[in-house]
Amino acid sequence: MTGRKALPIVPTDEPPACGAKLVHDFTPALVDIGAHQLCPGCGEPVAMRAIVEAVAELGRTASCVAVFGIGCSTAFSNNLDIEVVQALHGRAPSVATGVKRSRPDLAVLTVQGDGDMADEGLQEVLHAAARGERITCFMLNNGVFGETGGHMTATTVLGQRTKNTLEGRDSTRHGHPIRLANLLAQLEGAVYVARGAVDTAVNVHRTKRMVLRALRAQELGFTFVEILTMCPTGWFVETTQAPIYLAEHHAAVHSMGVLKDLEGGKDVAQ
Amino acid sequence: MSGPARLLAGSEALAAAMVAAGCRFFAGYPMTPFTEVLESMAARLPEAGGICMNAESELEAIGMCWGAAATGTRAATGSTGQGLALMQESLAEMTLARLPLVVLNMARGQGDYFQTTRGGGHGDYRLPVLAPSDVPEAVAHISLAFEWAEAWRTPVMVLGDYYLAHTHQSVAIPQGPQGPEGTSQGALARPGWALNGSSGGTGRAKLVSPLGTAKQRDGLGGQAGYDLAVHYRACAERTEAMLHAIPPRVESMFLDDAELVVVGYGTPAKYLRAAVRELRSTGARIGFVRPVTLVPFPYAEIARRVRGARAVAVYENNTGQAVQDVRLAVNGALPVEFIGGLSMDPSGFGIAPDLDVRVLRERITEVAT
Ligand code: SF4
Repeated sequence: MTGRKALPIVPTDEPPACGAKLVHDFTPALVDIGAHQLCPGCGEPVAMRAIVEAVAELGRTASCVAVFGIGCSTAFSNNLDIEVVQALHGRAPSVATGVKRSRPDLAVLTVQGDGDMADEGLQEVLHAAARGERITCFMLNNGVFGETGGHMTATTVLGQRTKNTLEGRDSTRHGHPIRLANLLAQLEGAVYVARGAVDTAVNVHRTKRMVLRALRAQELGFTFVEILTMCPTGWFVETTQAPIYLAEHHAAVHSMGVLKDLEGGKDVAQ
Repeated sequence: MSGPARLLAGSEALAAAMVAAGCRFFAGYPMTPFTEVLESMAARLPEAGGICMNAESELEAIGMCWGAAATGTRAATGSTGQGLALMQESLAEMTLARLPLVVLNMARGQGDYFQTTRGGGHGDYRLPVLAPSDVPEAVAHISLAFEWAEAWRTPVMVLGDYYLAHTHQSVAIPQGPQGPEGTSQGALARPGWALNGSSGGTGRAKLVSPLGTAKQRDGLGGQAGYDLAVHYRACAERTEAMLHAIPPRVESMFLDDAELVVVGYGTPAKYLRAAVRELRSTGARIGFVRPVTLVPFPYAEIARRVRGARAVAVYENNTGQAVQDVRLAVNGALPVEFIGGLSMDPSGFGIAPDLDVRVLRERITEVAT
C-alpha cells in the first residue's frame, strides 16, 4: 500500500464564499432534464459534470455517443442531452466498441461505476484497452456497489466497511483491491490513463483537465480516466465527512495522477 | 436477384448470405459448429466494407453488436448453445431496447429447443426464430431475418446446427442487399431512430435503452416521472403485434389421406422427410409436417393440417421439447407420440447415430401399426 499523500482538502460543510452553481445547473447544452435522483453529497454528479462540460468544450456535443453502465450514474442516461446507449453492467466497453467501429467519426465515451467495470466487466475494459479501441472509458470509483446499497467491489480498500464486509475488508477473507488504472496503464493499446477525484475543488479542476485530455487523445487509442467519487450513503459516513474519507482511505490506495500519457510523450507506467 | 449457383459449405453460404443481405458488422467467438461462420465472415466482410470483430467472449461479441446496431448498422452474431447462454442476457435486453440483430444459433443437436424458443434470458420477451432444414433455405432465411429484425426492431434467430454448417450444397446467393423494400440502396440506409451523435445539445438527444427508448419528457412516462412499467407494457404490446403479424411458416406433404402425421424441424427433418417418402412408396398412409418458424410456432396451422389423421408422431434429437408445442397445437384432439430421443456421436456435435432414415422408418412404422 502506498503511503498517505498530503492532499489539500476543501471543507464542504461550509457554504462557499461566492455564489455556488448547483450541480443540476450543468451546462444547458448537455442536460435536458434538470433533476437527478442521486444522494446529497454523492460525487458522481460532480464527475458527470466534468465529463459533459469537457464534451461541450471540445465542441463534440453534436458528434458524441455516451454508453452508460448500470449503477447510480445510470440515472444520467436519462438526464443528458448527448446521445446515449444504455448498456448492461460490465458491457459498456464492448457496446462502445460497436458504436465507434461503426461510426469512427464520433466521440465515444463510457461511464461506469467500479462495481460495473472492475467486477462484472473487468475483462471487457481490459480487452478494449488491449485492442487500442478508440474510445474513452470513465470509471466513477467509490469502492462500493452504491446502487445496490453499499456492498464490496473489487476496488474497496482494505479496512473499508461495506454491507458485506461489516468489519472492514480483510485481505485474508476478501482479497485485495484492484487498482484498475494501474492495470490498464500497462496495456499497449492504452494511450492515456489517469486517476482523479472530486473531493476538493482543486481535484475537480485537475480531473476536468484529465477528462479533456482523455477525450482529445481518443483518436490515438484507448483512453481512461478513473474518478474517485464520494458515496456517503454506502460508506456509513456523514455526508460532510465523505470527501475527507475519500482522501484518507480511497486516494491513499488508488493514488491520483496521470499514469500514462503517450500523447504528451510520457509513459509513467514504464 | 441471385448470383450463379455455387457449391458451398453451409457456413460459407450463411456468411455470403449475410454479406449479401447488407450485414456490415459481425462479431463472434469461436465455438463448434459456429466457428466456420466466423471464419467465413472474417474472410468476406472486410472486402465488402464491413467489420468483423474477433470478440474475446460471447458476452463481448453481442455487446459489440449492440453498439453497432444502435448506430443503425446491420449487425449479426451467433454461437452455439453454451455461447448463446452467455448472450441471452444481452439478447433479452436488446429486445427491450428494440434493437435489430440477426443471431445464428448453430446448435449442437436439438437439445437447445427450449433455450432457442423460450428465450433463456430474463424478462418477458420473445424473438422470432427460423429453423431452416437445408442450405438454400438457410440462405433465404438470412435475408428474411434481417427484414424482420429491421421491421420489428428486434433480434431474430436462425437456428442451424452441425449438419447445416458442414453440409456442402449447391446454392445461389442473392446479390446485393435485400432490404425490406427489396431495393438494394434502401437496405443500407441507417434508420431514423439510430444514433449518429448529432442530436446532442438540441434538447432532443436520442437514447437507446432497454429501460425505455424515449426520454422522460418524450411522453412514454411523462415528465411527472419515469415509469418503467409503461415501457415494459409498450414492449409487450409490440411483441404481441409482431407475433400476430409474422405469418408462421409450415412445410407439409402427403396429408390428404394420412393416418399418421410425422412432425420434425430443422435439418433432422430432412431425414424424417426421406423416411416418410420411402414409407409412402410402400403404400403406408403417413404424412409429414415441418414447422419452419419455431417462434411464432404454427399452432393453428399444424392443428389444421393434422385434422383427419389418427395420430401424430414427433421426432427430434433430444429427450422431447418441441413435442410440447405440437401437443399444444393439437390440443388433445389426437394422441401425440414422441419418437425422438437423445442420440449423438462421441464428440457431442457430430452426426447422431439415430439420425438415419432406416432407424426413423422403423420408429414411424412402430407407431403406425
Ligand atoms: S448510493 Fe452512493 S453512489 Fe449512489 S447516489 Fe448515493 S451517494 Fe451516490
